[in-house]
Amino acid sequence: MAPPSHRRPGYSRKAQYSLFAAYVIAIAGAIFAALILLISVADPRGFAVLRSGAAELTAPIARFFDSARRSVVDVTHNMEGYFDAASKNAALNKRVKAQAAKLVEAQAIKLENQRLKALLDLSSDELIERVAVGRLISSTSSNSRRIATLSVGRNQGVLPDQPVRGPEGLIGRIIESGPNTARVLLLSDPDNVIPVLRLPDGLPALASGSGDGTIAIRPVDLGVNPFKKGNIIVTSGNGGLYPPNIPFARIIQKTPDGALAAPLANPWASTYVVVMKPYQEEAKAALSAAETPQTDKGGE
Amino acid sequence: MKQVIATAKKIVASREYESRIERYQSPLRMRAVPFLTIMAASMLTALPFFTEGPLLPPMGLMMLLAWRLMRPGLLPVWAGLPLGLFDDLFSGQPFGSAGLLWSLAMVAIELIDMRAAWRDHGRDWAIASLLLVAALCAGVGIQALVERAPSLWMIMPQIIASILLYPLVVRACAIFDRWRLAT
Repeated sequence: MAPPSHRRPGYSRKAQYSLFAAYVIAIAGAIFAALILLISVADPRGFAVLRSGAAELTAPIARFFDSARRSVVDVTHNMEGYFDAASKNAALNKRVKAQAAKLVEAQAIKLENQRLKALLDLSSDELIERVAVGRLISSTSSNSRRIATLSVGRNQGVLPDQPVRGPEGLIGRIIESGPNTARVLLLSDPDNVIPVLRLPDGLPALASGSGDGTIAIRPVDLGVNPFKKGNIIVTSGNGGLYPPNIPFARIIQKTPDGALAAPLANPWASTYVVVMKPYQEEAKAALSAAETPQTDKGGE
Repeated sequence: MKQVIATAKKIVASREYESRIERYQSPLRMRAVPFLTIMAASMLTALPFFTEGPLLPPMGLMMLLAWRLMRPGLLPVWAGLPLGLFDDLFSGQPFGSAGLLWSLAMVAIELIDMRAAWRDHGRDWAIASLLLVAALCAGVGIQALVERAPSLWMIMPQIIASILLYPLVVRACAIFDRWRLAT
């Protein structure tokens, strides 16, 4: 026998009316949701308060599971270290020796760089100010946007449009901040466009996420595609948000209009991430500092 | 405190081996469990799953579809709106998108139920798969209104995962249902 339908409640007027009311409410609800959606499309940050409130609520749970996950990862990592320890040790010793000379060279270059900057009256110290240190505790894994939740928020001085980096390189930027959590737009989000340059020759390019963990790099000069597999890309500091020279990505594949790159920093492997002040203020200061001597010269 | 623990034990324990005389269902549990499980499923995104692309199936929507298809008439037709808006808080979609899509899904199942007298597990699975694919694609479409959205190929793994995981969610739902109705 076919199951009795709940849509035919019999002769009870009350049941009939309440069923009808349910349908009316359902349709009205769909229209109401469509209106809310229109509002949030027009103003994407309009409902940020609700969202960050929800993130605050679940943050303790996320923190707990995240620390559990990290301790498991640590244990496996420690155990891995014991396998072929001797050969690894030898290889590392060799590499350290090879890099010692380069390190001295780099220090000399840094010193020279400082002197040159002092000559140009650029205050090179404290270019990158850290705002807060936190860890990424969860990410939108069911959604095609690449957003992670950070464990520090407005109480720690974290505000929207601040860049976030890990020990290995750039991770993203803050888009919303709640009292104790913040949402980070990761590099692989399609909406995150970042001015970058290729390391040895400073070839300028624009990077934007492709949503699947890789980053599309497009050179600013169209028509040439000089990228090679293995090239290192760093941020250029243009645009005034991300500080320059933060390790960014490594080219993994050449495409017709540029290249695909993999981010150097793995957001979910970095133990801690650093929230920095946006580069803008420093960039503006540097710009005005660079302009004043020129105008002086013009005056002379 | 002791009383609280005792009542909590009473609610949680299935009491399978106790006397069945003079036992009553808890009406609160009977009504609240579907809503609470769907909300909990929506909140799964708060757990530290880090994926390079969208991979975690929309657990909240799957739970909603499972409850709706398994127990027609249990969830009111308008349940898609509040539960969807709650899901929006955690999913990262523009606010209101799940509210709209889930409401439409509930109405769609209602329309299907008007035509089909018989449904079995296979047909439920087919209906749920259809709605999941539609909802995921529409979700990307809604995102495209706000910012640059990735191509539809990007959500292919998520679509496949959610279709294949649906029977598991139904099974979980059935366990909750048994517990919900237990005296």
